Amino acid sequence: MNAATEPAACTAIPLRFPALPIGGLAGTSFKHQHLAEIRAEGRGRGFFEVHAENYMGAGGPPHRALEAVRRDYPVSLHGVCMSIGGERPLDKAHLERFQNLVDCYEPALVSEHLAWSTHETTYFNDLLPLPYTETTLRRVCDHIDQVQEAIRRPMLLENPSTYIAFVESTMSETDFIRSIVRHTGCGLLLDVNNVFVSANNHGFSALDYLSDFPLGNVGEVHLAGHAEQSDDEGDPLLIDSHDGPVADAVWKLFEIVISRRGPVPTLVEWDSNIPDWPILKAEAAAAQAILDRGQTVMGGHHAAA
Amino acid sequence: MRPPEPHVHSCYAAAFSSALIDPGRETPAIVAGPDGKAAVKRYNVYRNNVTASLIEALASIYPAVQRITGVEFFRAMARFHIRATPPTSPLLFEYGRDFPAFIETYEHARAMPWLPDTARVERAWLDAYHAADAEPLSAATLGSIPSGHLADLIFVAHPATRIVRSRFSVATIFAANRGEAPVGRIDASAPEDALITRPALDVVVRRLPPGSATFLASLIAGRPFGEAAALALDASPMFDIASSIAGMIEAGAFTAATLEEQDGH
Repeated sequence: MNAATEPAACTAIPLRFPALPIGGLAGTSFKHQHLAEIRAEGRGRGFFEVHAENYMGAGGPPHRALEAVRRDYPVSLHGVCMSIGGERPLDKAHLERFQNLVDCYEPALVSEHLAWSTHETTYFNDLLPLPYTETTLRRVCDHIDQVQEAIRRPMLLENPSTYIAFVESTMSETDFIRSIVRHTGCGLLLDVNNVFVSANNHGFSALDYLSDFPLGNVGEVHLAGHAEQSDDEGDPLLIDSHDGPVADAVWKLFEIVISRRGPVPTLVEWDSNIPDWPILKAEAAAAQAILDRGQTVMGGHHAAA
Repeated sequence: MRPPEPHVHSCYAAAFSSALIDPGRETPAIVAGPDGKAAVKRYNVYRNNVTASLIEALASIYPAVQRITGVEFFRAMARFHIRATPPTSPLLFEYGRDFPAFIETYEHARAMPWLPDTARVERAWLDAYHAADAEPLSAATLGSIPSGHLADLIFVAHPATRIVRSRFSVATIFAANRGEAPVGRIDASAPEDALITRPALDVVVRRLPPGSATFLASLIAGRPFGEAAALALDASPMFDIASSIAGMIEAGAFTAATLEEQDGH
């Protein structure tokens, strides 16, 4: 009777979905309240990203909704609680559920976070930070190896937004991430808002971070809104809240990333205070316009070469 | 008290998480702000994320309970529950199974004795929502079985099917508080049994007629049809078998009916 322990994550008969290309497209988080409007529009240009855990029940409306979207659009499967940055071994049952979803829905992209959310028996439902040391590097690489073996394809790892640093860290986040890519062959999900938030919170330059980031390995970009609070000294502390439009400064950084990297699938995330579909769609259209300009620029470079 | 860990550096997760849901604990010493800045408010962002998101999770599983208690009451009650019983699964739709029992012991909720059972209906609703897909048993299939075999029939419950029995009018309270419409006066003291099913895409909560809960619960437990009907009549002389069968078919409570002796195959 326990939905979570049912072996099959989706319909018993394996579904085959069209292999829709995702290159150079802008997409949005998929929210069920938008489903009717999305379906009414039929197949369009773009993609949708879903949080994997929301589709780990045995059946019911979530799976029907995801099937409907997946028939018409490429889908990005975004895991939130694998605890890749955790101290304990990966949860085998959770990894199996994740693998089932990859098999069932044939997502164009699969990603997870450089973070942790479970320790011992408690699940904290937040993306928690980790120190950057040789020890944690080895463990993170082991965890990514396990995920990639299970899903039989490379995953994308997302850079975190953080509010604190660890006293024991011995390397920079970009060095840490570059080493992970070298050891595991995984790709990267560059969250530009996270870069902006962390740069503000830790007092480094977002542009320096991006110059140091292995852009050539980026397979997806995330954009999102953030909120502002203040730290103990009264200085601005930015919060990765996903509850509003993308900030102007983040759009600017995004343009710089695309001008260097070329157009990569780009997602506008919006997870609370979710707006009506036309507003979310307009944010994705703004990202698409920048990607299309990047396409032209890159095309020009190729023609000149 | 446990002795301090000799190698704090090797267990950042234990140190970092130690104060996440415990407001009495100080900011872990392993974290810092940049350039000698303090980390108290910085660490509090994580504390707030954890507790606020879990309160949100409980509120989305138990919207009728929140509507009855009011948001402030609900948030305070949820905060106590989260501290006592944080989630153990990364699947948040599995969280809150202990919440109805917690409400029973929550002192400030004593004046609302129907609240725990209302929560039980809401928990059953979410389980039905995520349950495996299966085609419900149709009236035609049931009708094709010769009536002489009826008493020996064994029914297979649909994965979504749940029953909540209550001393209070939980089905009525649930229905009135899951929507936006104003709630009129409800006599909470009338006992009700609720049947929760998912016949097609949508979860449906029905109020069961007298004896029907005993009948259906017996069938779900694998008792043959004749025995279940006898138990239901024992439970309530008002038990009406014809309407109970019609109701369970309409609700999609079962997926199959087989004869007992076929079980061995």
